[in-house]
Amino acid sequence: MNELLLVVTIAGERVALPAAAVESVVELDTLIPVPRAAPHIAGLSALRSRVLTAVDCMRSLELGETDCSDGIREAAVVEQDGHHYALIVDLVEDVVEALSEPQPVRAAMGDGWERVSKGMVETETGSLLVIDVGGLIAGAEVKAAA
Amino acid sequence: MDDLIADFVAECREMLEALGGEIVAWEAQPDDRARLDSIFRFVHTVKGNCGFFEFPRLEALSHAAEDALADCRAGRRVPDAALVSAVLGIIDRIAEMVAAIEAGEEMPAGDDSALIAALAPGAEGAPSAVVAVAAEGHGKASAAPRTIRLSVELLDRVMSTVSDMVLARNELARRLRESTSDVPVDGAFERLSSIIAEMRDAITRTRMQRIENLFVGLPRMVRDLSAELNKQVLVDIEGGDVELDREMIEMIRDPLTHIIRNAVDHGIETPAERLKAGKREIGLLSVSARQSGNQILIDIHDDGRGIDGKKLVEKAIAGGLVTKADAAQLSQREQLALIFEAGLSTANQVTSISGRGVGMDVVRSNVERIGGIVEVDSRPGEGTRMTLRVPLTLTIIPALTVSIAGQHFAIPRSAIDEIVRANGESVTLEHVGGAGVATIRGRRVPEVSLAKILGLESNVDPRDRTLVVLRPAGGDVYALSVDGIHFHEELVVKPAAPAVMTTGLYAGTTLADDGSPILLFDPAGLAAVGGVRLEAQERSARIAENAVAAVSQATPVLLFRALDGGRRALRLAVVERIEEVPASAVRQTAGQLRVQLGDAILPLAGSTSEQLGTEKVRLFRINDGAHEMGYAFAEVLDFAAIENEVIHADRPGEVHGVSLINGEPAELVDAHWLFSNHVGTAAHRKEQLVCLVPCWDPWMQNMLRPLVEAAGYRVIDDAEDEKADVVIASVGEELPDEAAKKTIWLRAEPEVAGKKDDSIYRYDRAGLLVALKSVGTGRTK
Repeated sequence: MNELLLVVTIAGERVALPAAAVESVVELDTLIPVPRAAPHIAGLSALRSRVLTAVDCMRSLELGETDCSDGIREAAVVEQDGHHYALIVDLVEDVVEALSEPQPVRAAMGDGWERVSKGMVETETGSLLVIDVGGLIAGAEVKAAA
Repeated sequence: MDDLIADFVAECREMLEALGGEIVAWEAQPDDRARLDSIFRFVHTVKGNCGFFEFPRLEALSHAAEDALADCRAGRRVPDAALVSAVLGIIDRIAEMVAAIEAGEEMPAGDDSALIAALAPGAEGAPSAVVAVAAEGHGKASAAPRTIRLSVELLDRVMSTVSDMVLARNELARRLRESTSDVPVDGAFERLSSIIAEMRDAITRTRMQRIENLFVGLPRMVRDLSAELNKQVLVDIEGGDVELDREMIEMIRDPLTHIIRNAVDHGIETPAERLKAGKREIGLLSVSARQSGNQILIDIHDDGRGIDGKKLVEKAIAGGLVTKADAAQLSQREQLALIFEAGLSTANQVTSISGRGVGMDVVRSNVERIGGIVEVDSRPGEGTRMTLRVPLTLTIIPALTVSIAGQHFAIPRSAIDEIVRANGESVTLEHVGGAGVATIRGRRVPEVSLAKILGLESNVDPRDRTLVVLRPAGGDVYALSVDGIHFHEELVVKPAAPAVMTTGLYAGTTLADDGSPILLFDPAGLAAVGGVRLEAQERSARIAENAVAAVSQATPVLLFRALDGGRRALRLAVVERIEEVPASAVRQTAGQLRVQLGDAILPLAGSTSEQLGTEKVRLFRINDGAHEMGYAFAEVLDFAAIENEVIHADRPGEVHGVSLINGEPAELVDAHWLFSNHVGTAAHRKEQLVCLVPCWDPWMQNMLRPLVEAAGYRVIDDAEDEKADVVIASVGEELPDEAAKKTIWLRAEPEVAGKKDDSIYRYDRAGLLVALKSVGTGRTK
């Protein structure tokens, strides 16, 4: 069986997250800001009495800032090293099946995308970039410091 | 000991059960190496434990079986059916004995030599006996204890699930409050809540362990260490039944071990040195634990050579940790605290035990990481006391929620010293070069605006804010200004995501009762990010205090609680030192209580023999320049100053007046009266000399007068019409016409300012006494 992918839109672009990494898709309402944290940390939220650290994917990719002013945002919940993160995306579409192994992307992408890319896969709805969840969480600064 | 035996029995039983199958398999296949090994391990363990518990028969049995099996393992002997039966016979006998130990009965009677003899190569076993014994052993197994062993991971998982459950309940509570209330639902919810609370309690208790588990290895460690160092050390352990979170016990194991190694290595002297110093050859190391509120206090006290604060300071200066100027300002306590600085070791030589310059700083950081504090107190020549204060558990932290710019945060309560309003009477806020300084009741502490640290805009006027005075683990104080203070809550704290932790500001996250996440601050982190230069600030704060004291000419006193419970004060100048002696050193002799201090016997005041109790007696050693005596007390409260009016007592007595000190009345102990009554005639002379001391000068009256009186003078002031033998006056003062035979001039500065004269620095006690004495003996120039 081929890998399942969750198709989401970040900064207007349709990309795929490995569905196995995603625990659930939630709608975040209030976010508690974390002063002095890295800019892509949008804040904290609670989900079923767990604390979620919300990551603004657009900021993590240095593609601008997700507009959170209208309140409810869609987010994919992932777990990494025992901590739960909510990845804020523009839109969550659907789960699709990958039809190929990830292939390296030859064309030049933006810096942000380059950092989180795990390659391109074919799906029934066209080619999609597979995103590395860890890269999104780490954000831009960590990479720059490394 | 009973606990250890219970553990031993449980372990044996467990192994016996596991062995049950192995024995049968081994019987069928005597050359099976794996089976042989596990049986060997069993008898080996039993043997090891028996040596410890003095079960000679068990030991002999297991030792014999171990020998035989060791031969098999080494290939010197091929296991045969006879050997198997013999070993089985021994294992059954062990099972039988273990059951007897467990039931607290006498060992089953019988001779084990037949069983042991059966092990010998070529011996004929006694299978029939084996069967009989085995049957008996099984009969007693029904009394198995109602305990099971669980893996720690499982417990941790249950604990974290329960924590989650508490949080889920809180959320449910919030939702219920929001929706229209329905009585049956509320009732059911109440019941659920109480069940969850009960469960959390029970689970928390499962994680508790007696601190004995930590202490049990100490005597052995100290024994080994002291043997290696040719020292003699007696370990005294108390409070092993204090319970502590299992995780916590693991966290303090290393720091505790380190402190004890230090105490044995550096603290306690060799027997020869101890004898020379007039101590018992055997050093005493006492380790005690006790619970105090939600903290556990672990004291490690040795009666060794103590820590030399001056030496520490020298080392610190040499190592560039403090500047000379700063070092001069350090109090005794701060000098000792230098021991926790990185890269400082007082050991001149590196030994294999300790003294590599890494150590105490690591101890401190380890203890602080778990929210604890380590304190040190030491008197050179008398010993060192280290105190570890650690919270009971790691996961539930009492915290205070504060708000800034509409957002709530939590601060661990253990770090909070006090809370004051920024516009309160005793508080002044100043800005010096952009840095905030708050003066709270004369204490100057750096003020940090939380809004500034967090980069938030607060619309609360700075004067309407609240100052939370924080003392981060480690001891330096600063004030954090926040918009408002909200609740005290017990929070279940979880580590935050790495991206949040890297800010250095937070210690974790938690969910408030309303279900929203709250960040818990790390007070030390806040200070670091806020740019508080803790030590520098703390030192200058003290200088400010001193300056204030000097201006108001207040008399410094030592505030203490007397043995009868009274709050008393004694002028600091007369207190030479604080001593602690066993109660047996205090005797009723020659008409009054006397205490033996070293080779001196001093009169003891401040107590009756009934009040002294049977343990330690703490006392002030007070000195009038010629005589010494002791004054017993319960505890030292504070250093303070007499700033308010002194209401004098009507008649002379132990207490000559009462005054408000730090807002509460305190009785002032009359040192002069003490000496005149206890030292007795020695302090009196038949023909008292008369000394004139100006009455308008409070310093003269408060500080000097007792000294002059103690030197045998009768003191008059210039209001009295009497001829004095000597007049004491300050340099530059106009003297009354009828100047006495001699005048002693006092100057305020240690060094002679202008032209050389024969004035005496007013704190040159020895010089003063010599001058006074010379008047008495008539050898006046």
